[in-house]
Amino acid sequence: MNVPTMAEMMAQGKQPEVLFWVGCAGSFDDRAKKITKAFVKLLQKANVDFAVLGTEESCTGDPAKRAGNEFLFQMQAMTNIEVLNAYEVKSIVTACPHCFNTLKNEYPELGGTYKVMHHTAFLKDLLDQGRLTIEGGNFKGKRITFHDPCYLGRANNIYEAPRDLIQKLDAELVEMKRCKTNGLCCGAGGAQMFKDSEKGDKEIFVERTEDALEIKPDIIATGCPFCNTMMTDGVKNKEKEDSIKVLDIAELIANADDL
Amino acid sequence: MQYLPNIIFALLLIVGTGFFIQNIKKIIRNIKLGKDIDRSDNANARWKNMAMIALGQSKMVKRPVAGVLHILVYVGFIIINIEVIEIIIDGLFGTHRVLSFAGGLYNFLIGSFEILAFLVLISVIIFWIRRVVVQIPRFWNKEMTSWPKNDALNILYFEMVLMSLFLLMNASDYNLQQMGADHYIKAGSFPISQFIAAWLPQDVSTLILLERGAWWIHIIGIFIFLNYLYYSKHLHILLAFPNTYFANLNPKGKFDNLVSVTNEVKMMLDPDADPYAAPADDTAEPEKFGASDVFDLNWVQLLNAYTCTECGRCTSVCPANITGKELSPRAIMMKTRDRLEEVGKNIDTNKTFKPDDKQLLNDYITPEELWACTSCNACVEECPVNIDPLSIIVDMRRYLVMEQSAAPQELNAMMTNIENNAAPWQFNQMDRLNWKDE
Repeated sequence: MNVPTMAEMMAQGKQPEVLFWVGCAGSFDDRAKKITKAFVKLLQKANVDFAVLGTEESCTGDPAKRAGNEFLFQMQAMTNIEVLNAYEVKSIVTACPHCFNTLKNEYPELGGTYKVMHHTAFLKDLLDQGRLTIEGGNFKGKRITFHDPCYLGRANNIYEAPRDLIQKLDAELVEMKRCKTNGLCCGAGGAQMFKDSEKGDKEIFVERTEDALEIKPDIIATGCPFCNTMMTDGVKNKEKEDSIKVLDIAELIANADDL
Repeated sequence: MQYLPNIIFALLLIVGTGFFIQNIKKIIRNIKLGKDIDRSDNANARWKNMAMIALGQSKMVKRPVAGVLHILVYVGFIIINIEVIEIIIDGLFGTHRVLSFAGGLYNFLIGSFEILAFLVLISVIIFWIRRVVVQIPRFWNKEMTSWPKNDALNILYFEMVLMSLFLLMNASDYNLQQMGADHYIKAGSFPISQFIAAWLPQDVSTLILLERGAWWIHIIGIFIFLNYLYYSKHLHILLAFPNTYFANLNPKGKFDNLVSVTNEVKMMLDPDADPYAAPADDTAEPEKFGASDVFDLNWVQLLNAYTCTECGRCTSVCPANITGKELSPRAIMMKTRDRLEEVGKNIDTNKTFKPDDKQLLNDYITPEELWACTSCNACVEECPVNIDPLSIIVDMRRYLVMEQSAAPQELNAMMTNIENNAAPWQFNQMDRLNWKDE
């Protein structure tokens, strides 16, 4: 894949339209890497002039902050801000709601003010501007439900962009009983992704997967690499992996076009 | 001696309100024990929140049954309190239905009070059924035993008794008016109590006894209820207003950046900083990171604790609680208030706070509860009066991690990874772009 880095761009004296912040999951997690690639394909298809930081990218500090380690968070944030400001980055898009939230809300006070967008909102804009078109294609008539990532939905009030995109696929958007502001967490937020859960009588991701199974979807769509992991685990736990797919919105759109 | 009732009433009024004001002062003092936080910005948005959420009950109706019933009780409470003004004047001056000169308006008001009182009575009975008979789970979580459970029921009984007394008072008054008894001028309209009136004895002296009895017990009950507020979860009827006004206006995902940390991190990253320089002022105590006791929380968080009416909507949507973990956001608020009350009593006895070898962390809130939180904001979203349990959880995690290095082991591993290779997992930063060629 041809993915330019900010360093390469700078060497050529160019400034991209937007920085794609890949995030740690998008860079290293095998499942999430597929989302990253699907999103890059869409950026390329829409002729978006973008670049990544590549090896200069570093954790936003989100999991450290949610775990209570404000020192580590601010160390990460200030180091990242130095890099971003050195490249004079103005706008950022990311496929991870945790990176999105941290960059958008918590970096400005520390000296990093950018226009930050979640990839679902960014794709929606591309569509509205006519830079990207979606054919229903492979997903026509499929039952698709959207699991709201907490850091996209409640944390930042973005509920409609991902749903608008699903509807553009000519798919049947079905809602779980707990959705939007009432959406149930997948269980990964607040640094839970990196630890075992506390003693209880059920795993949160199982509870959430049951919400989805109730409405018999063909596809559970998400907009977060961590939600994706949890819902995939949940579907496996319920032995439904043959009939229900867990896909990111970017994958849905890219797959619809067989990109 | 003919002024004895007036004197007794005046004393009752002074003691009842005086004692209440004392307790309100205590609450304000206790809330001020919290750290400063600036919530003076954006007054327009704050007034709007208060108007919509506290006055307009907009978040209550998210659950329509409880929401509508609550609005009935709330409107009833506010409107019927107009009648209390008349009761106080009558009590002080020995008049009867002093406001009746308003004629048609007065009749309309008394009529609406009656209808509202009846609706409140019905609503409160339904509330009781939901709690005791239907046993809606959020009223039966484990923090809802002993006092919290009785407290909730006491409030319902109080309201049932007060409304019944109000209607009984009017019913006997109605009969007395019909009989043309002395002192009982014809005033008011009685759409509800006229039906009760038919069941009452038709004898003047018994009716006067009933009317006076109900009148006195009703107003004494109101004074008792007023003073019960401080000891109960019911303070929300007052504190919901400041609480919604001072609530966080930022996106829910935005956690505050600790300024004390910013200063230190800036020094660490400053290439010109002299690592061997003596601290500018070594007499100042280094600032504590995070919260282990109520003093470390800010005053809005403490106001939150007093405002919580333990409805449990937060806990009923908490993913950790739903799946059987120790964490309950409602319990976080209840425990914060319990500790704050304990600190307040300590100050009452010792003038200033005398260390008591206790703190909010461990003695009230356990690390197990704190670590079960997914920071999903469901509790914050759900609270009908904009209480923020998550901010307390995060502040306490900060203390555990930054002051005590007491994070769960796996989280320490995650954080070591971020420090060493800039990702929460053990991958080399130099491999970050490998995906493009895979």
